[in-house]
Amino acid sequence: MKPIHLLGAIPFLGILGGIFFANRVTPYVLGMPFNLFWLVMWVVLISATMAVIYRLDPANR
Amino acid sequence: MIALSVIFAFLLAALGLGLRARRGRDMDLEQWSVGGRGFGTVFVFLLLAGEIYTTFTFLGASGWAYGKGAPAYYILCYASLAYVLSYWLLPAVWRYAKQHRLISQSDFFVAKFNSPLLGALVALVGVVAMVPYLVLQLKGLGIIVSISSDGRISSHWAIVIGTVALTLYVTISGIHGSAWTSVLKDVVILAIVLILGIYLPMHYFGGVGEMFHAVDKAHPQLLTLPSSGMSTSWFASTVLLSAVGFYMWPHNFSASYSAQNERVFRRNAILMPLYQLILLFVFFVGFTAVLVVPGLKGADADLSLLRITTATFPSWFVGIVGGAGMLTALVPGSLLLMTSATCLAKNVYRLARPHTSEKHIARLAQLLVPALALISLYFTFNGGSSIVSLLLMGYALVTQLFPALLASFAPRQFVTKEGAAAGIIAGVTTVAVVTLSGATVGSLLPGLPQAVKDLNVGIIALVLNTVVMVATSAVTRTANPAPVTTAPLRPEPEATAGTG
Repeated sequence: MKPIHLLGAIPFLGILGGIFFANRVTPYVLGMPFNLFWLVMWVVLISATMAVIYRLDPANR
Repeated sequence: MIALSVIFAFLLAALGLGLRARRGRDMDLEQWSVGGRGFGTVFVFLLLAGEIYTTFTFLGASGWAYGKGAPAYYILCYASLAYVLSYWLLPAVWRYAKQHRLISQSDFFVAKFNSPLLGALVALVGVVAMVPYLVLQLKGLGIIVSISSDGRISSHWAIVIGTVALTLYVTISGIHGSAWTSVLKDVVILAIVLILGIYLPMHYFGGVGEMFHAVDKAHPQLLTLPSSGMSTSWFASTVLLSAVGFYMWPHNFSASYSAQNERVFRRNAILMPLYQLILLFVFFVGFTAVLVVPGLKGADADLSLLRITTATFPSWFVGIVGGAGMLTALVPGSLLLMTSATCLAKNVYRLARPHTSEKHIARLAQLLVPALALISLYFTFNGGSSIVSLLLMGYALVTQLFPALLASFAPRQFVTKEGAAAGIIAGVTTVAVVTLSGATVGSLLPGLPQAVKDLNVGIIALVLNTVVMVATSAVTRTANPAPVTTAPLRPEPEATAGTG
């Protein structure tokens, strides 16, 4: 386990913890209720996080 | 009738691809079930990411958006988090499987814990969990053909015809056919879901934002998680349970064996979460249907996508949607059947007859396919659950393999084979008792805070599983000090005979 791998915990906090604060309809963002937008945003951030981990992980150098 | 002809053309195309995929290959067990371990990034991507485009997502996700509302959002999240785990989990599994020439998920547990009996237990848990998953594919198939034919073919007959086609398809082509048909399925389903998800809200409401405003006005509680029942704690626990269970499905686990190298998984972990976003458009269809085709109750909510399609589009387009839906049942259904048959032949039958040849096991696996299809057919005709409920039950069962798998990667293995088996049995028994009795955490322990009462029961079973696993391991390590050392990197000769 390398320090860079700890980034992988961030999406879990964003989705599993964040939903407790983001469970509401307004404000609508991109036409979507706020809770749905929040989850979509995290799905995109997961992809970005994994790209950063892949880039910095010595195993892929 | 036009719609039905189009669906039939899709079926012929899938069978043709299956036949073409096996050409020039000697279909031994390794070719049939793990593709000779020669799949590159694209095929592994399609087998694993394509796993999310089953009838569960096509009909179930829109059905849950229609019937339950915001709780359906969990479907968007769990696979994305599973892909994060896959970055570390799958390369480790793949390395070990390649080193030991493993074929099935059970082989992995046999080799890691040096216990063919544990392998048989894992195979049985996997097959039992896969039955509801197969049932939901067949239910979806019945819905698709029945509605597309305007009811001229009854749902029962549609399911029987679909099961025969599925059995033929698996027996003929193995995993090569599934990989090639995944290409066809994913291209068609991507196009269909995008067209439906963009066009339907535009056509009926003028846009996605307007559609959500109209739904919120008509059903004010539908777009948020409720304060009890399917609340935020239910959501978080269900997402977590499904994320850790995602690769515990025997067909997902062993599909990872088919990769050429371990970098395939790390690269896919970047792209696969984005693939999930297509589910948004499935939700849009379900929410649009709430106001356009109201009145579908309970498990009938699964009909919402096809009902709104038949109400909006001409027959030929309904046929294309039905054909795409049929592929979403055929590809995952074939993987499920193939994996179940391989597990039973290799890890249960061979335990009773250890000297059976590899060729005989391969033949037996192919013969078990129709038997398993018949069992699934029986449960399809004798159960009334909705598509998503069936999958949640399967997930709660199959996730019980996760603690033992995780423990097997520890540098100094603390968990013994007895501990792993006891934990799995405790977890599976808890899920079975609670599911069959219809109980929830809240009904079992009414004095607990609401947030705890709403937790997915699979999580409770997982905690119990872990406690029993650790406690039993502590006892059996003391009684029999031999297993305290690290699990053998290479199984003993007798175990090797059991794992091929």
